Amino acid sequence: MQAFLEFRDISKAYPGVKALQSVSFAVPKGSVHGLIGENGAGKSTLIRILSGDAAANTGEIRIGGEVQHYASTRDAYHAGVAVVHQELQLVPELTVAENLRLGRFPASGGVINFRHMFDDVGAKLRDIGIETDPREKVARLSIGERQMIEIAKAVMIDARVIALDEPTSSLSSRESEILFKLIERLKAEGKIILYISHRLDEIFRLCDGCTVLRDGKLAAHHESLKEVSRDQLVAEMVGREIADIWGWRPRDLGEPRLVVDHLAGERLKHPASFAARSGEIVGFFGLVGAGRSELMRLIYGADPARQGKVSIDGEETPLGDPRKSIRNGIVLCPEDRKFDGIVQGRSVAENITISSSRHYSPGGLLNFRKEAETAENFIKSMRIRTPSRRQDIVNLSGGNQQKVILARWLSEPDVKVLIVDEPTRGIDVGAKAEIYETLYQLAEKGLAIVVVSSELPEVMGISDRVIVMCEGHIRAEFTRADFSERKLLAAALPDRKVEPAARVVQ
Amino acid sequence: MTQSLKRILLGDWGLVVLFIVAMLVVSLLVPNFMTQRNMLGLLQSVVTIGIVACTMMFCLASRDFDLSVGSIVAFTGMVAVMASNATGSILLGLLAALACGTFVGFLNGTVIAKLKINALITTLATMQIVRGLALISSDGRAVGINDPGFYQLALSRFLGVPTPIWVMAVAFAIFGFLLNRTVFGRNTLAIGGNPEASRLAGVNVDWMRIWIFTLQGLVCAVAGILLASRITSGQPNAAIGLELAVISACVLGGVSLAGGRAAMTGVIVGVLIIGVAENVMNLLNIQAFYQYVVRGVILLIAVLLDNLRSRALGRRG
Ligand SMILES: Nc1ncnc2c1ncn2[C@@H]1O[C@H](COP(=O)(O)OP(=O)(O)OP(=O)(O)O)[C@@H](O)[C@H]1O
Ligand SMILES: [Mg+2]
Repeated sequence: MQAFLEFRDISKAYPGVKALQSVSFAVPKGSVHGLIGENGAGKSTLIRILSGDAAANTGEIRIGGEVQHYASTRDAYHAGVAVVHQELQLVPELTVAENLRLGRFPASGGVINFRHMFDDVGAKLRDIGIETDPREKVARLSIGERQMIEIAKAVMIDARVIALDEPTSSLSSRESEILFKLIERLKAEGKIILYISHRLDEIFRLCDGCTVLRDGKLAAHHESLKEVSRDQLVAEMVGREIADIWGWRPRDLGEPRLVVDHLAGERLKHPASFAARSGEIVGFFGLVGAGRSELMRLIYGADPARQGKVSIDGEETPLGDPRKSIRNGIVLCPEDRKFDGIVQGRSVAENITISSSRHYSPGGLLNFRKEAETAENFIKSMRIRTPSRRQDIVNLSGGNQQKVILARWLSEPDVKVLIVDEPTRGIDVGAKAEIYETLYQLAEKGLAIVVVSSELPEVMGISDRVIVMCEGHIRAEFTRADFSERKLLAAALPDRKVEPAARVVQ
Repeated sequence: MTQSLKRILLGDWGLVVLFIVAMLVVSLLVPNFMTQRNMLGLLQSVVTIGIVACTMMFCLASRDFDLSVGSIVAFTGMVAVMASNATGSILLGLLAALACGTFVGFLNGTVIAKLKINALITTLATMQIVRGLALISSDGRAVGINDPGFYQLALSRFLGVPTPIWVMAVAFAIFGFLLNRTVFGRNTLAIGGNPEASRLAGVNVDWMRIWIFTLQGLVCAVAGILLASRITSGQPNAAIGLELAVISACVLGGVSLAGGRAAMTGVIVGVLIIGVAENVMNLLNIQAFYQYVVRGVILLIAVLLDNLRSRALGRRG
């Protein structure tokens, strides 16, 4: 094997955390290399070091045999390294083309030639299979589209090494397909692609080799994945066997708890109705943009409703005010953790207890003992990787932030209806299994649970019933007895579009 | 060596360390600085800034801004003097001033929270409106106090320390408690950290903002009354530029202008730093005009520190 990109003895420590400990491995030219591991294993940290965004404490990186010394991301960029970070880094108020050309505007005498820029960027985007209008403001794009623009940014600078940190976590299956084709093409051009994902099927489909990190150490390195099984990778990642990740079991269903009646709002024009029974887990499947998140936000009151009713246990609840919804027993764990979930700059403990602390804060006085106890319980039971409950949440890895947001709602005592929007986005296999188990236990306690997910296997694996949405309409409903991948996908696809390859996870 | 120095200066206690060092240097170099009389004078001089900084801290911590504080202080001072002259009762005068301050604050908060108008613009408007009202009601002239009892507010002492200083100390204690120990304080910081996430987590963001501004108005009235008593009249042009001094003190004290970060100890130190700087310049007989320059420089240093600190704090993600 001809090593081109080499990590040698890389270590990195943050206060209280050894993020990486003496990690060494090498990747040959013209290959796609997977980087996997549990939440907080150090994957993103390694990528940040590669991109000059963080400095390693020890060790060196070699590209084409040359030792790299970066003082900044700019140096890494000149060395031919492009990175798509887990959290997006676009400027929302600028257009797509401006974002792609930021720092490299085509200008003469300081005046930007916009026509030239738009045409040029448009052509390049089409060339790599992205249809987005280069004149569109980034703020108006969906998360998936933004992700594609980020990826285009990395491709367009013609880098030698491209690292993608969980690129598909917010892409639709069609967008993912475009990305996969692009990756194949880049590989054929002789580039190196480092590919981070928690979706092992993608790893098997795309990657030549794969490196597994665990607790900041190299747990395994495979130059080829031909002889490696899925179970083996899982075991290397989490350090134990996981038999059945879904672990679904039958439950007794009670009376209808949540009844949604002709609900519609600004972004969900067509009124939607459905019900969920006590003890039931209802999955919402659909393509990205089908209107599932919009519907959930209306039920929770995150957005104002134009018409319709929501009732819990037969009693109508006021709409349009999340605070009242929480008090009436509806909670929503939102889709976009960076904007709607985490409270930046505040501790893990505060982020967990922001809502539930009111139950033990008589007269608005905080109860630090109880707060610490609650936080510690969830840090332990959900295995949130953090040096302490006082750690600022922005310093946690992406998956661990997601766990904190889930813990926020699991710590609410009187929840009747739990809505979770993409609950396992960016979460590792081991933690996924634990989250599913938690959902089952809550359902057994009589909650009605609504799970929005774009991952077909997940929806099918954990739901008692699946409702499929398509272009803002509720299209179809299936009970567990007649689930099939084909039926669900067929219902999710708009009629006129050709069927994309299904994303088959697990 | 430089590494650990950096860590100390940019860490939680960096400001306190800086302040203590500065105090030591100053007390060695400047004659008459470390006397009881001068210390009390110094504290007296920062009473207005100190009291108003308490609520400004909440305002900034929740990502808002209030430019109208100087005008409210002047206006409520006028109201206190004029109303007690008119009614012959100091108590009624004080109540009227407190009511006026609270009302202006409430108005600020309601416009900002309910009509969703940017805090900077809203308070820029009320700053001018309220200053105008102060000038109109007094016809642009200072209004003297009839009842000498009014002077006693500022002159009276408790345990040898003037009452205004006690009021400031009590304000520090109350608002420090509010910030650190109550759901109100927590939610203020949460709103500053991420308003949308806080709303979705059940924090009543509008209500919080209205309360913060209302408290700000009330506290400005307290400061206005004490100021009027100290200068023995209602001055329509009092406290011009106060908003900037107060915001400087807060930023100097580590309150982040991006919201989400604030500490009462920091703000106290920030207030004292401004007080010390002015006091020293007075002791050294430096012309008043230079004091503007020094204030500006201090503010720049404060913002720079804030910037360095948030960069040292970590990752962008
Ligand atoms: N700036 C920072 N300050 C403190 N700790 C940090 C910082 N950045 C990362 N860490 C810690 O380093 C560890 C590794 O984080 P990293 O983001 O690399 O994980 P990851 O493997 O990408 O996880 P995920 O799958 O959840 O994205 C985590 O425990 C994280 O809390
Ligand atoms: Mg990561």
